[in-house]
Amino acid sequence: MLNYFARRILTMLLTLLVVSALVFVIIQLPEGDYLTSYIAELESQGEAVDPQKIAYLKEEFGLDKPIWLQYLSWIGGVVQGDFGRSIEFDLPVTDVIGEVFLFSLILNFSIIVFIYIVAFPIGVYSATHQYSWGDHGLTFVGFIGLATPNFLLALILMFLARKYFGTSIGGLVDPSFENQPWTFDKILSLLEHLIVPVVVIGTSGTAGMIRRLRANLLDELHKQYVVTARAKGLPEGKLLLKYPLRMALNPFIADIGNLLPQVISGAVIVAVIMDLPTTGPVILDALRSQDMFLAGSFLLFVSLLTVVGMFISDLLLAVLDPRIRLEGTRE
Amino acid sequence: MSDKLEHFVSVDPFNPQEVEELSPEQERFYMASQWRMMWWRLKRHKIAVAAGAVLAVMYLSIFITEFIAPYDLLNRHTDHIFAPPQQIHLFNEGSFEGPFVYGLDYNLNLETLRRDYTPNPNRVQKLRFFCHGDKYEFWNLFEADLHLICPAEGGTFFFLGTDRLGRDIWSRMIYGARISLTVGMVGIAISFLLGLTIGGAAGYFGGWVDNIAQRSIEILRSIPELPLWMGLSAAMPEDWSAVTVFFGLTIILGLVDWPGLARAVRSKLLALREEDFCTAAALMGAPPKRIIARHLLPNFMSHLIASATLSIPSMILAETALSFLGLGLRPPVTSWGVLLVEAQNFQAVAVYPWLLFPAIPVIVTVLAFNFFGDGLRDAADPYK
Repeated sequence: MLNYFARRILTMLLTLLVVSALVFVIIQLPEGDYLTSYIAELESQGEAVDPQKIAYLKEEFGLDKPIWLQYLSWIGGVVQGDFGRSIEFDLPVTDVIGEVFLFSLILNFSIIVFIYIVAFPIGVYSATHQYSWGDHGLTFVGFIGLATPNFLLALILMFLARKYFGTSIGGLVDPSFENQPWTFDKILSLLEHLIVPVVVIGTSGTAGMIRRLRANLLDELHKQYVVTARAKGLPEGKLLLKYPLRMALNPFIADIGNLLPQVISGAVIVAVIMDLPTTGPVILDALRSQDMFLAGSFLLFVSLLTVVGMFISDLLLAVLDPRIRLEGTRE
Repeated sequence: MSDKLEHFVSVDPFNPQEVEELSPEQERFYMASQWRMMWWRLKRHKIAVAAGAVLAVMYLSIFITEFIAPYDLLNRHTDHIFAPPQQIHLFNEGSFEGPFVYGLDYNLNLETLRRDYTPNPNRVQKLRFFCHGDKYEFWNLFEADLHLICPAEGGTFFFLGTDRLGRDIWSRMIYGARISLTVGMVGIAISFLLGLTIGGAAGYFGGWVDNIAQRSIEILRSIPELPLWMGLSAAMPEDWSAVTVFFGLTIILGLVDWPGLARAVRSKLLALREEDFCTAAALMGAPPKRIIARHLLPNFMSHLIASATLSIPSMILAETALSFLGLGLRPPVTSWGVLLVEAQNFQAVAVYPWLLFPAIPVIVTVLAFNFFGDGLRDAADPYK
């Protein structure tokens, strides 16, 4: 087990290292760098370009050095917990993304909880009432949820909310709470604003999860031990909960690895549309202005989240399902 | 009368194989090729067939886009800015008139500062069919002006309204289909090529080739798709021409999509390469390329095509999302995502909700691809 841990963590670190290099190269691919776009922006506004400031920026962020040196100094800092400075905000990256990242975590976590809470009873119902009207109806709704792109869903919901309730559902907290210390009211307002993005981003994941749970449970329900248990007179509810359901639960845990990238992707674009203070809008801006330390750290964080999520799901699976052994016996 | 049956002797010549012989009908069934059986099976799946028909119509329409669209892509109607959709009517005051629309009366509302258009029942504008309208260059080949539907002489026909420059949204949506629908096709072709080559090599050779392929797949999969797409498309230089950006975007979509396919190919090949027919081919001196392409891939080609059908919609969505964010295609190239950029301004959408119409073909296409792909996947294994 320890051996497995060590190997797994080592590959995780290596993966992240390669990802960081990849990300840095991708961000640096466009012609020019932050300075050229910064100068172009100033010139288009008719403002004077201060050569001293340019020189200072060049010096401060090492923009005149070759790209591999820039990368090495950045990654060297990352290893020590220093993610560099955002050029655009002229602040340490950790300061820029601190609260934003917290919001993102809250949002992504709530989406996954939402998916579980909704998918579980519906999946069980669909499997135990196979081919009933309820099953067909839920499957159909699930299909639509799977196929409707979530940013379009967000657009449409925002439009409806605006039209019929006259409220804006953008943002994560009420404007009056912005830059205020955390109080009970602010948390309530946060929860209120969380509902729509969670539902919007969660639908596609929920639909997929329902289909998988239904298929798995159906497989189990037709096995002989279920017939045996029923023949022995076990009450239906106890029978279901005690054996087949536990066997069919694997996708719930194994899917965290698949769900996380999907949820994060969905959250990025929905956040841009609904103007949520999460990673989405910041990452978009950083990519546009080639603020490479900010964008790079972001992409790295997001990948870290995914890799760690997959790792945790593998571990949980091994703990909960004794049939799964992590150390493959390769002969 | 005895209840005995009459003694019967057939006069036909005796055929000892009569029982084993198949009737022509049975023969047709038993000797059918795999693809034919897949077709039969697909036909039973009514929803999939309907979805396939929808897709076929949409894809066929891109060949005659200019003819179907009532207006040109860039034609501006400066006196009909943000005009609402014009309903098609058949009856005017109880009498049958054929399809027509009411002309719009324009009036600037000075209180709300909005443009108000009201249909005027006295201005009946009959639609014309197979008529001469806006000039266009058919596929940039020759000039023509024949359209399927045009407004009455001097009238207007804005089926889904107009945008902030007075351009007809319905026509622009038809033009957008050309780009939006091909993005997925070209993207999946690139992804297929990469996935088959890399997955095929990894599965057939194993060893370090497999190791490298596996690691790169893992690395690519640990970056969430959308941020990766965003990063790559932001990397496309600003000064690229619209066409280059289009191809750049499809390459990006293919680059991000291949790992899933490569994985499937690899795991199938790992099992199949141990089969006897594979060893036989190798013993007869077939090179690996031939064994993979000729003997191994056809075994699960149908599955691959089915799964490809299911990943086209995600590419169409990706293009729409990226263009919507301003990272994908840019005008004058027009896709559904580019059209939806207009809907980004929420104040405008609240007042002019028809700006959201380009979302409908996106949803319809994605749904159709999902249903069709589902049917294909069931049909892919006709021996079950």
